[in-house]
Amino acid sequence: MTELIEKGTWVEIYKVVLPANERAPQVPEDTQRVPLEMRVKGFLKSPAAIGRDAEIETLSGRHLLGRLAEVNPAYTHSFGSPVPELSPIGCEVRALLREKGRMR
Amino acid sequence: MTQESYAAIMEQRAEIMRASVNIDYEQYTTGLLAFDYERLMDDTGYDIATACAVQRTTSVGNTPLIELRNITELVRSVSKPGKGARIFVKDEAANPSGSFKDRRASLSVHQACQRGYSGVSAATSGNYGAAVASQAAKAGLRCIIVQEAFDSEGILQPEIAEKTRACEAYGAEVIRLSVGPELFYMLLRVLKETGYFNASLYTPYSVLGIETLGYEIAMQVQEQNGVFPDVVIATHAGGGNVTGTARGLRKAGAVNSQVIAASVDLSGLHMASDHDFNRKSFTTGHTGFSMPFTTWPDRADVPRNAARALRYMDRFVTVTQGEVFYMTQLLAELEGLERGPAGNTSLAAAFVIAQELDEGQIVVVQETEYTGAGKHPLAQLNLAKQMGIVVRRGDPRDSKPGKCIVIPEHPSQLAVVNIDLEHVRRSYLHNAVKSLPQGERLSEVDLAFLAEETRISQTHVQEILDEFSGKTG
Repeated sequence: MTELIEKGTWVEIYKVVLPANERAPQVPEDTQRVPLEMRVKGFLKSPAAIGRDAEIETLSGRHLLGRLAEVNPAYTHSFGSPVPELSPIGCEVRALLREKGRMR
Repeated sequence: MTQESYAAIMEQRAEIMRASVNIDYEQYTTGLLAFDYERLMDDTGYDIATACAVQRTTSVGNTPLIELRNITELVRSVSKPGKGARIFVKDEAANPSGSFKDRRASLSVHQACQRGYSGVSAATSGNYGAAVASQAAKAGLRCIIVQEAFDSEGILQPEIAEKTRACEAYGAEVIRLSVGPELFYMLLRVLKETGYFNASLYTPYSVLGIETLGYEIAMQVQEQNGVFPDVVIATHAGGGNVTGTARGLRKAGAVNSQVIAASVDLSGLHMASDHDFNRKSFTTGHTGFSMPFTTWPDRADVPRNAARALRYMDRFVTVTQGEVFYMTQLLAELEGLERGPAGNTSLAAAFVIAQELDEGQIVVVQETEYTGAGKHPLAQLNLAKQMGIVVRRGDPRDSKPGKCIVIPEHPSQLAVVNIDLEHVRRSYLHNAVKSLPQGERLSEVDLAFLAEETRISQTHVQEILDEFSGKTG
């Protein structure tokens, strides 16, 4: 049996707002070919399973319906690895300033 | 056509907008194209003193003006003898949500409170969303931010991912959408459903909120140096930053300070393209916004855009993505200020423009913004590499937006490209003519308005219009 996520859990729902053939007329061809998708987070209103219909209450108090996509979704953006094209810049300009007598 | 189809919602646009900004724009119309811009601004009741007073209640503004002595030394090390103006930066990252956008949001949220709205909403993927959310939190208003956040592969633009987090941290609901201009359609749906105030970037409140920035710059430079700044450089996207800053400078009496608009060159990339979305390392301050908005400001969500940059810019320059990343690195490593990349667009331009000026002169970069995970050169360049964009050191002139980012090898390689303002003006006038109802002719009032909009004489406007009709007729 599919596991039900508890009511009150912080989740994200997913919904297609405009299907590929119903997008704004001015949209370029590559964007026309894909749907306008939406993701919104909120507290689950009643128990629901991942991938199934769910209702949430958002932080503004709205009730929205969609497909339950994620439970307690993580913020995954980061800095990533140092970028070799940037790493030497500080040393380069400090050396330049010292060479010109413009830095101690 | 369903009730929520694109066409059905767009048909209700005027009505939804009127209810959500509470301004009757119609009353300012004076011609076919002309409207009374100054009366639209004045009628809000926010002069500099009032705007400052409102902003003080939420700790917005009054940010430090910092002299960048080491960067100035570096400018002089690559300048001709006697050249290399002093560079100052207005540290707008010191605002509550970390950018000058708090100034714009403060008056909108104050207005929403005054008018009894229960919440505010804005369609924005940038710092402005965090600013509205922050101001709304302090005011006890509900807040919904609509963002364009991911492409059809589900890849997040890292800077926008950070803004999602920030808005949610301030207690706002964030509606994240995939790529497309229907962001605005979704905003209309939200406004219709909730009856919230539209904290648009283009209302008079949003622009008047920035006048305090220009005003503070003039006063602080005057106080510290006994003169007004020679040049003020503003990162330019939708036009509000340039417009508000220039108006504030004038109100402080700094009428001779040259106002320069600076944008990141993203030519060749389509702003509504799903494919191009994550091939841009900048989500604002770029030509994808600044070109269309300078040449036709009334493409905004409100009927009359209060941001009219062409009226205020003395010069318009572009820099490359690689040059801005290089400057961001210099700001951190030479000045000890780690600040977000997009706000450093004008700093990259300042590095070049200071070389044109004498050592005694003063250039002010009018903003910084906060930095953090996602909102950082490392995050953007790692994404660029993931998307197959070449990142290398070399001559920034060899860069190509969406294909190749070139980080300078030496500070002397930084340069600006001057946008021909005459060309921009002609483009504006071309759009003006296109917007005319069929068979209608421009009145004297309209010609005077177009002259004000483009900062050229009425005779010159007429000459250009005659040339257009000669071509078409």
